[in-house]
Amino acid sequence: MNEPILKTENLTHVYSPGTPFEMTALNGVDLEIRKGEILGIIGHTGSGKSTLIQHLNALIKPTSGRVLLEGRDINESKSAIRQARSRVGLVFQYPEYQLFEETVYKDIAFGPKNMKLSPEEIDRRVREAAGFVGVEELLDRSPFDLSGGQKRRVAIAGVIAMMPEVLVLDEPMAGLDPGGCREIMDNILSYHDKTGAAVVVVTHSMEEAARRADRMVVLNHGTVAMSGAPEEIFARGDELRKMGLAAPVMTELSQRLRALGVELPGTVYTVEQMAAALLELEGGRGRA
Amino acid sequence: MDDTAIKIENLTFFYPSEEEGQAPEDVLSGVDLTVEKGSFTAILGHNGSGKSTLARHLNALLLPKGGSVTVFGMDTRDEELTLEIRRRVGMVFQNPDNQIVSNVVEEDVAFAPENLGIPTPEIRTRVDEALKTVGMYEFRTHAPHLLSGGQKQRIAIAGVLAMRPKCVVFDEPTAMLDPQGRRDVMRIIGRMKKELGTTVILITHHMEEAAMADRVVVMSDGQIAMDGAPGEVFTRVEELEALGLTVPDTVKLMWELRQKGVDVPLDTLDVEECAKALAEHFKKK
Repeated sequence: MNEPILKTENLTHVYSPGTPFEMTALNGVDLEIRKGEILGIIGHTGSGKSTLIQHLNALIKPTSGRVLLEGRDINESKSAIRQARSRVGLVFQYPEYQLFEETVYKDIAFGPKNMKLSPEEIDRRVREAAGFVGVEELLDRSPFDLSGGQKRRVAIAGVIAMMPEVLVLDEPMAGLDPGGCREIMDNILSYHDKTGAAVVVVTHSMEEAARRADRMVVLNHGTVAMSGAPEEIFARGDELRKMGLAAPVMTELSQRLRALGVELPGTVYTVEQMAAALLELEGGRGRA
Repeated sequence: MDDTAIKIENLTFFYPSEEEGQAPEDVLSGVDLTVEKGSFTAILGHNGSGKSTLARHLNALLLPKGGSVTVFGMDTRDEELTLEIRRRVGMVFQNPDNQIVSNVVEEDVAFAPENLGIPTPEIRTRVDEALKTVGMYEFRTHAPHLLSGGQKQRIAIAGVLAMRPKCVVFDEPTAMLDPQGRRDVMRIIGRMKKELGTTVILITHHMEEAAMADRVVVMSDGQIAMDGAPGEVFTRVEELEALGLTVPDTVKLMWELRQKGVDVPLDTLDVEECAKALAEHFKKK
């Protein structure tokens, strides 16, 4: 198991403390993000997901508890905050609304420029980041002339250009058609595979969270309700449903099948796994 | 009696070209579609296929550049009918935050009927009814901005219902909601069709939601590429994938199995049907 790169310790966040609107969004969250892993964070609206990820690069400060980047408190000094901002990249929901430059190139270059890199290095990074998300051809275009899916990829490239060691994405596939979803997921995975960066995907869609995550964390009412491998999490379908979430369709199907007397080995949560399990059953049947 | 709610004939639309001298590109080119009263139609298509542009024609938010759109016998190009058309055809959009106008839930729901000039006691009745239909009656005195996304979307739907429309067009109403919020919205759509007899048009990227409709229309490049019952459309797996779409996971599974020579039906649109068909296959030895 890899060592953690980013950790939260007893992280608590209270909005509007001391007012009638006081709300505890996070309550004692211990979270570990390990080097090079893909972590899925799931939870219903209002479970604290967005508050949590904004702590990961010091956009907001804990009410109590700490966030540690390789053991160092990211809120301890201005330089620690600056380091966290470049090493932990955050892609917000609907990031395409944050594009603002005249050209795609300038938009992607914004982050690396702020890191005070040399012009050559900035150029290299812009082109590399554009390559990861497949927008090399669009660098001279205005971001506002692009399709929704293209805009989103440009926005992600803007964060990738900072070469973060932890890439955090909040609902990266929301509102895209199935083709667009696949492309974005492939882009994110290619960054992960080529750089070894840790990737954190925040989502409420179980299927996409399931497909490539090494580990999953379920947030509920500002606390970590479950944590483990996807198959461990999805085996607890009833609990997930009570939290306003859902198990993947294939997990539900395998539960229904079991109730109807068709036993499948292990936990199944993707179409591929289910097809393989059923084909094995079919093969066994042929021999019987 | 005429059973037609919406009749679209040879509809063409383009947005004005940004660069001078450049011919604008058609977003819709020659769309023909007839929707029956009280039916539930899902419209699918990749981003940019023209489905939202089509939806905006149904209550005269956009007007045809060519062809015509007739809703409940009214031609949308007739400006004198615009208000009447909007009274009959309500729209629910993707982002609930953009659809909330008031600080109190019941005032928000009353906004549209107030604008229609409906007498106050009647508004009271309609607001209460609408809030009960979406299951938000107990929240009527709450502040909308403190509610969850799913709850806000239900308030937005109640606001449309309070107009007592004959048809409601939903443009990706669940795209920003979590699974619970999605289930709630789909349940409300089911009730509207069944209990209120509302004609429902649902634009969505979620194949599982489209599978609940009576009819699925697939748009591609500004034209209708497929049109049929969910069981028909979703079994054309390869065609849909070529259009950048997918099929419900349960259909995909059956398709994979059939490719490998397992004799199972393809048109299992939900978990229940799929489980039954699989159990039947694997138990007869």
